[in-house]
Amino acid sequence: MIRDMKKKMFKNFITFFKRDTFVIPLASIVLSLFIAALVILSIGKNPVIAYASLIKGSFGNVQAFITTMIKLTPLILTGLAVAFGFRAGLFNIGAEGQLSMGALAATMFGVYITSVPAIIAIPIAILGGMAAGGAWGAIAGYLKAKTGAHEVISTIMLNYIAALLANFMVNGPFQAVGTGIPKSPEITDAAKLPVMISVQASSLSIGIIISLIAAVIIYVIIQRTTVGYEIKAVGFNPYAAEYGGISIAKNIVLAMFISGALAGLAGTVEVLGLHHRFLGTLSAGKGFDGISIALIGQNNPIGVVFAALLIAALRTGSNQMQFAGIPKHIIIIVQGLVIFFIATERLVKTLILWKERKEEEVLQK
Amino acid sequence: MGEKGEYNLSIAKSIMVEIDRMDIKKLSECKVAMIGITKRFPGVLANDKVNLYVKEGEIHAIVGENGAGKTTLMKQLYGLIKLDSGTIFMNGKKIVINTPGDAILNGIGMVHQHFMLVPPLTVAENIVLGMEPVKGIVFDINKAREDVKELSEKYALHVDPDVKIEDISVGMQQRVEILKTLYRGADLLILDEPTAVLTPQETEELFTVMKSLKKQGKTIIFITHKLNEVMAITDYVTVMRLGKVTGRVNTKDTNPNELARMMVGRNVLLRVNKKPPHFGKKIFEIKDLWVKDNRNLDAVKGLSLQIRKGEILGIAGVAGNGQSELVEAITGLRRAEAGKIVFDGMNITNWTPKQVRKAGIAHVTEDRLKYGLIVKYPISYNFILAHYDEVPYSNGGFLNFNTINTKADKLIKEFDVRTPSRDVLVGALSGGNQQKVIVAREFYFTPKFAVVAQPTRGLDIGAIEFIHNKILEMRDKGIGMLLVSMELEEIFSLSDRIAVMYEGEIMGIVKPEETTVETVGLMMAGARLTEIKADDSRYEEKDV
Repeated sequence: MIRDMKKKMFKNFITFFKRDTFVIPLASIVLSLFIAALVILSIGKNPVIAYASLIKGSFGNVQAFITTMIKLTPLILTGLAVAFGFRAGLFNIGAEGQLSMGALAATMFGVYITSVPAIIAIPIAILGGMAAGGAWGAIAGYLKAKTGAHEVISTIMLNYIAALLANFMVNGPFQAVGTGIPKSPEITDAAKLPVMISVQASSLSIGIIISLIAAVIIYVIIQRTTVGYEIKAVGFNPYAAEYGGISIAKNIVLAMFISGALAGLAGTVEVLGLHHRFLGTLSAGKGFDGISIALIGQNNPIGVVFAALLIAALRTGSNQMQFAGIPKHIIIIVQGLVIFFIATERLVKTLILWKERKEEEVLQK
Repeated sequence: MGEKGEYNLSIAKSIMVEIDRMDIKKLSECKVAMIGITKRFPGVLANDKVNLYVKEGEIHAIVGENGAGKTTLMKQLYGLIKLDSGTIFMNGKKIVINTPGDAILNGIGMVHQHFMLVPPLTVAENIVLGMEPVKGIVFDINKAREDVKELSEKYALHVDPDVKIEDISVGMQQRVEILKTLYRGADLLILDEPTAVLTPQETEELFTVMKSLKKQGKTIIFITHKLNEVMAITDYVTVMRLGKVTGRVNTKDTNPNELARMMVGRNVLLRVNKKPPHFGKKIFEIKDLWVKDNRNLDAVKGLSLQIRKGEILGIAGVAGNGQSELVEAITGLRRAEAGKIVFDGMNITNWTPKQVRKAGIAHVTEDRLKYGLIVKYPISYNFILAHYDEVPYSNGGFLNFNTINTKADKLIKEFDVRTPSRDVLVGALSGGNQQKVIVAREFYFTPKFAVVAQPTRGLDIGAIEFIHNKILEMRDKGIGMLLVSMELEEIFSLSDRIAVMYEGEIMGIVKPEETTVETVGLMMAGARLTEIKADDSRYEEKDV
């Protein structure tokens, strides 16, 4: 019995790794690294040294590892935000704006709620940040549900509003007193996320744990709950969902709220765990990175974690590559190629099929 | 891998034997011969060593149930999918077809079930698309129009080259598809279930066209599962079942019963076995209902009807006379502008789809892919579409996979859904099995009333019979039912009363045993029952 079960589990394990959702991203990454290696060769450098320094720069020592983890934390969350939207058939381009609204709200809670212990201050700031990001996303959801306004347009517009609002806040009512620099006051110590490891100036907060927990929760929501059933149904076929009694409007708003809340959480952990204040422009495109990450992770929460890790490691390691005399922008080529290959998955599939057929022919001979 | 290799070897041997057995003369007599065709899809052997011999200048029917492998076989001939093994001979010579381009070069043309036309372009533009005549580097529209005119005259396939595809009927579009293949020089035409989308009149016209093509020396392969059509138009029949050829006969030497037996492997009842009804109390009533269609025009105009428990009220009518809007209004998918829908004592007018379902009304939708199923969900998920949020399928917001799976297995067995597993995506099933999934879901949850629209559209005999019996089973359990169908035979064999709808109104309600197809046909064309009766009595008076 047990042996049968083990066998079955092993079989499931194998089929998972044979599935397209796994094979295509992996093949795309390998292919991209190979092509980038040719580019490195063509500028007269050694790709082995380049990739070795890339790995060393991102995982080579504790500090490098911490830096990678710090970069990874918000990327997981924005990746999840976009991926969750995709599951409902929604293209949330507004993670950027939702992220800064979340960061702004979390900072406000962190600054103004004083004299409470960390165990209360942190959850309040987190929930506040998520609610703000969620609300910002839900605006686009509501507009779509009520008027049919396409979420791509409305989230882009909301990004501009969020950016200008953030800019206004840190230059006006929410500016740190007497600094003259566009930044908010610092949050209270109680609201800062506890630090796990500290090496020199870099310290890794529990933000990464929060991100990973979020990935697990989103996985459970998508795969195991009625909410996930409804949202995926609306994403796959809204007509059939409605026929089955699922409200399309409710699920569009809900999906955009959850998506926005995840982006808001990304902003929140950035504030509570890293910057400790709102800088107005702190996102630096992490919201948009979420789109690439969702694509590479095939909208699967676990896939998103690995995709975010790939992007974070490439970014962190690229500095070391620069020290080794290889332009750090090579990683942009890698990133672009990965996305290109995944977007043109047929191409990769054809290559894999072609290889299998060759093998079969050889076997037949 | 070894097993597969042996299998391939056995196929190779059988091909050799087959070719040995046929003398070369017979092969050269064939316009096309497909020998030892084998195609395997994941979990299904779609074609198992199929041999097909089509003589020059004949109309050759390939019949079989849905999922028998007819379309797969033809797609291999047309190069849309690659054959795993087997050989194709054309005019006695071996040919290799890897792409539709190869097929076209060999004079093969295919008209698909779903047309491949560009709606905003004109007929002429569509026909020449991909091989447009040019003047220098400019598209020569005049030449294209002349070519199309000439072609349509030559084959007596009359079309207006200048109208847009989006403005012409389905029957006309099919003609354009046929002309498209002829323009590319086809002399072997594959028609994949061409009559499925046509009205009876359009079918007649298609048959005329097919006869004239045959006269011109074209060879036609005609895929269908309608046996009366086979008898009406074809010369020779190849019957397929579960991926294998189960019979080859000259049409004139056979009859529908024999063909049906070869198709399903047993005798089929083409007529259902209807028990005498036991009507209960009134369960459903519509009073003066008004519904608008998508163009904001009145589609249902003051319609009223009543249905009792244990009664099937059939709605007959030509498509597009407000039946769809009526069904959508009842089930909450469309707003009722005025009037009342009363179910079990409750006024359910303009309730949401969810409320209607929870009240106990099941709905077998007419469009199974648009409304009925989520094709990217597995079968088990589709079974719980309207009940996922109820105990025991979920509990506190979490899906309960044990009950979902147990139930899926039970329904798959009870409703004879042919699938390797409950985890297969519904989109991978054949049409008949998809419909069984819907019927299983809708009938399983013991509704009090059911709205059943087009329950057997596009299905094969076996599946039709199965679903008809399930519908009658429900009726005998005391469930009231509104049955909407374009198939008069279905309406007649299932209904206890027949209401005929024309332009959003009911022309009359009759009992099937007390009326004739002619009377119903007259009502479908817009005559009121009262008028027909008046006419009849006038004749009777004259007779006297």
